[in-house]
Amino acid sequence: MLNDYLPIIILLVLATVLGFLVLIIGALFGPRRPTQRKAAPYESGMIPYGPGTRRISVRYYLVAVLFILFDIETVFFLPWAVVFRQLGWFALIEMLVFIGILLIGFVYVWKKGALEWE
Amino acid sequence: MPTVNDFLLILPEVVLLIWALLILLIDLWIPDTKKYYTAVLSAAGLVISAGCAFALLGRTGSAFSNMVVLDGFSSVLSILFLLSGLAAVALAYDYLKRNAAQRGEYYTLLLFSIAGMMLMASANDLIMVFLSLELLSIPLYILAGFFRPRLASEEAALKYFLLGAFSSAILLFGIAWIYGSTGHTDFPGIVASIDGGRANYLLLLIGAGLLLVGFGFKIGVFPFHMWVPDTYQGSPSSIGAFMTVATKAAGFAALLRVFLVLFPAEAPIMAGILWGLSAASMIFGNTVAIAQMNMKRLLAYSSIANAGYILMAFVPYGNPVIAQEAVSSALFYLLAYALTSFGAWAVMIALEPAESDGLLLQDFSGLGRKYPWLGAALLISMLSFIGVPLTMGFWGKFYLFKTAVDGSQIPLVLIGLLTSLVSAYYYLRIVMFAYFKPGEPQIQPGRWASVVAVICAAGIFVLSFIPTPVFQFAAQMIMGMK
Repeated sequence: MLNDYLPIIILLVLATVLGFLVLIIGALFGPRRPTQRKAAPYESGMIPYGPGTRRISVRYYLVAVLFILFDIETVFFLPWAVVFRQLGWFALIEMLVFIGILLIGFVYVWKKGALEWE
Repeated sequence: MPTVNDFLLILPEVVLLIWALLILLIDLWIPDTKKYYTAVLSAAGLVISAGCAFALLGRTGSAFSNMVVLDGFSSVLSILFLLSGLAAVALAYDYLKRNAAQRGEYYTLLLFSIAGMMLMASANDLIMVFLSLELLSIPLYILAGFFRPRLASEEAALKYFLLGAFSSAILLFGIAWIYGSTGHTDFPGIVASIDGGRANYLLLLIGAGLLLVGFGFKIGVFPFHMWVPDTYQGSPSSIGAFMTVATKAAGFAALLRVFLVLFPAEAPIMAGILWGLSAASMIFGNTVAIAQMNMKRLLAYSSIANAGYILMAFVPYGNPVIAQEAVSSALFYLLAYALTSFGAWAVMIALEPAESDGLLLQDFSGLGRKYPWLGAALLISMLSFIGVPLTMGFWGKFYLFKTAVDGSQIPLVLIGLLTSLVSAYYYLRIVMFAYFKPGEPQIQPGRWASVVAVICAAGIFVLSFIPTPVFQFAAQMIMGMK
């Protein structure tokens, strides 16, 4: 059984060695001409401003939590959709129940005003 | 594919969950001044669910491809959880109003937590054990911090959450070891694998040990008790009362079933560990409680000691005859403890002013003279806690000690007896303050807490006279358990 894992181990070792090898070769033989812009931290192509540990509005956390909650929903949809034909009506009802529970949560969040920014 | 019969067997849980969702929705349109409706609605849901549980009493069977089983053990515990929920609703109503924390989420979360406990008592698959543990814990993490932004409440919630998450992870790790050993997570599959000699004994033993740590956290026995005093003190008192009773009972439900069904072969090694946990909890809980002047902390340490007593009967669980006796005496003791503990907490909640984190023992001074009924309820609860002969607590301890003696655990019984004597000191000190010291305690507005206190005291009083039928009922109920 362990033999099945041998290719994976070989791949892991090769990938690690290759990764380090490329870095080492680059550091040894590559030219190095740093400019101020090259040495700056990368921030999605924008010119970075301010310190790295800015304070973030606490409201983002609420939005992030809600996003995760309703995002996970999509994760459950995917395997359901794949085997939907085999499971038939039962799966449809099951998913409707699931969506119903989520909808109750959504109504709750909405009515409580968690979706309002101000 | 599930059939109608599957849903019928978990009808109380289904009713409770649907009810909780509806209350969550309805509560949005109930104005803050009329939260009375939410409390009444949730109590109605608990009563209906309890009605379903009563109707199913005596039925057995398994549902959802052996994920859950219904038997006497789970039925009796379900009813205990539902009644604890009713008590927690009654204790909370006036108390939340007093503390300006009248939010309907309290009731919804409570109902979700109870549904998790009920599923935990009937879980027949380790995955189900884990899921129901999470379903019961996550609402409780929120409820412990329900008095946000009060600092003590937030501290309680954070401590409970961090340690709870950690212990859940350990439990899950244990499940992984057992799956690695046997290739199954369902109880029948694991048992078949062990009986067929296909299971790796060492892996199984490690798994059993990790599960014991996870459950030990939930029931709050000695080395896993660190969160107990702070969490009980900082949480709303009604939740503290609910946790001492229901959460503990749910942890024991899972512990008893998992160990009885899955690990009889590990009994010789596990017995030693259980012995140590039990003895340490009894000694630690009872001695540290002496130093407590805050009633909530005192009850927290007393709950650690009581977990030790229940664990005592379970030490010789490897012997099938004694195991039956141990489970029925544990059930009996849980019932006695539920009444006693709710009685004591209810008296305290009736007197507890807003914004306090638990009464001091001195605050009970003069209670017996000024409020005879409440004083009597406190007296009966304390006597039952000590185990004064012919009270419910006495019979509970009697059956536990008898089981331990039958399992030839004489030294453990001696520790239990001696620590019970020690406990008399701090329980009686409360009685001393209530009856022999002058003072002017003041019942806070709202009478529900007093009602709960008197009902619990009356329950202890009545059941003290008929312990044998109650014990026989418990014994008969768990006959079909396996």
